[in-house]
Amino acid sequence: MDAAIKKQLKITACKARMGIIEGVFNAKSGHPGGAFSCVDIITYLYFRHMNVDPADPKNENRDRFVLSKGHAAPALYAVLALKGFFPQEWIKTLRKSDSNLQGHPSIKYTPGVDMCTGSLGQGISAACGMALGAKISGKPFRVYTVLGDGEIQEGQVWEAAMYASAKGLDNLVAVIDNNNLQIDGTCAEVNSPYPIAEKFKAFGWNVIEIDAHSFDEIDAAFAAAAEFKGKPSAIIAKSVKGKGVSYMENEVGWHGKAPNAEEYEQAMTELSAALAELEA
Amino acid sequence: MADIIKMATRDAYGKALVELGAINDKVIVLDADLAAATKTGMFKKEYKERFFDSGIQESNMMGVAAGLATTGFTVFASTFAMFAAGRAFEQVRNSIGYPHLNVKIGATHAGISVGEDGASHQCCEDIALMRSIPGMVIINPADAVEARAAVLAAAEYEGPVYMRFGRLAVPCVFGDDYKFEWGKAVKLCDGADVTICATGLMVNEAIEAKKLLAQDGIDAEIINVHTIKPLDAETICRSAAKTGCVVTAEEHNIIGGLGSAVSEAICESGTCVPVVRVGVNDVFGKSGPAVELLHIYGLDAANIADKAKKAISLKK
Repeated sequence: MDAAIKKQLKITACKARMGIIEGVFNAKSGHPGGAFSCVDIITYLYFRHMNVDPADPKNENRDRFVLSKGHAAPALYAVLALKGFFPQEWIKTLRKSDSNLQGHPSIKYTPGVDMCTGSLGQGISAACGMALGAKISGKPFRVYTVLGDGEIQEGQVWEAAMYASAKGLDNLVAVIDNNNLQIDGTCAEVNSPYPIAEKFKAFGWNVIEIDAHSFDEIDAAFAAAAEFKGKPSAIIAKSVKGKGVSYMENEVGWHGKAPNAEEYEQAMTELSAALAELEA
Repeated sequence: MADIIKMATRDAYGKALVELGAINDKVIVLDADLAAATKTGMFKKEYKERFFDSGIQESNMMGVAAGLATTGFTVFASTFAMFAAGRAFEQVRNSIGYPHLNVKIGATHAGISVGEDGASHQCCEDIALMRSIPGMVIINPADAVEARAAVLAAAEYEGPVYMRFGRLAVPCVFGDDYKFEWGKAVKLCDGADVTICATGLMVNEAIEAKKLLAQDGIDAEIINVHTIKPLDAETICRSAAKTGCVVTAEEHNIIGGLGSAVSEAICESGTCVPVVRVGVNDVFGKSGPAVELLHIYGLDAANIADKAKKAISLKK
């Protein structure tokens, strides 16, 4: 990937991380850990890969994004705001009763959101329906969905995985955000979803394994998925929960907890320093 | 006496889908390995390219229906009521109801009249479940004529609709000139002593009950409540105020269905008249021939007539 493009993506992702902290801190609740683990991929999709127009969020030919792990909504909102789908000031209203930013993504409130998600396992089925819709109508749009690694414990994910390959939905890409942590512990301990790549291969998917925080690998994976015909693609993205904020990294306690004022300051200080370094 | 024409509402559903296929190229039909039984197979035969079978995946099918609807299609998703409203309840709630998507759920094999398959497949809870989802329209047609009309009307409506069809061939109550009015309860005949609000195959039983009651000098008014949500409370309450008591009749648990909806409407209208419910009396069904089961569980004209007398006796 071109160095200037990569630098810009890193800057945008860093700003998105600040948006996650801003949102969750002001809401006094939410899910920062799993938002940080997938925010680089969501940034890449909206700023480098997907055909979307913030001025025309309902365009019928747009690419679709379904955040199947809906609790990572702060990451999606931070990216949508940076992309210009809605004002940056909305971020501080996250989860409040007069806000357009619900605790989990909703098409009823938020421009740029393509599906209501939050109940785990359901987003990938809707993504299958969208991809099928593109096939039936002969439209060229593609569909992207991000799932948690804990989420794939849901049986519905495997119903959808079987369906997507059986129907030849090669316009569908599912990212598995593999941070290996869920509420009750590590995924391996709680109810192991491993080996993930082999499972998707067995279900008839084109499988690509990457580092979720390397834009070079992200770029190569989505390019390869776009080229692959006949099967849906699964990108197994090895990630770090809480990535980018030192005290949150790999700490399951930050799955669903907001930082206090002191923690907020520390996170913002760290992210501001990282941003300054990137922009230098 | 002329022969009574009998047809299952599921057959009318399948035929109506074929009709729709010809006039609306946005109609897509989904099924979960039951196309032969739900009668979506008729659509599959004519419009193979617009029919998608998920196999035995009701939860995924509802999610796929939702996703398809977001891309501009009018999606009919079919399986048995037990699996549409029961197994896939949460998918219907979160992926279809919450975003208010244009998905029509064609749920067949509702109620006790499934027959020999027994309790595991006899869904008497679906109306209760679907009523609790904000914005969900629930239509329970009385016969094949009304079923066809409801399907065509549902395709014109933008938003989620739950349509309840039966397995059993039932008498046609309406003629071909029947006009389906969206959201309107239909008064089938006037009466002075008791209002019978019936839905689905119980409408025909209510008509038979009126004849039984007439033998005892009781004049029953019959209202066909084809749409349980939104409920036409105005028509029901006006009739209740006139006759002074109500019987509800449905092939569903007495909890949460038509009986509950009518009771709620009557209580809140200030028309404080007695309401007696005929339905499955909060028990599971069992195997047996459908018609026999309907009698065993009191889903017949005789029981409606009995309950009508009870309702009249409760009048102040």
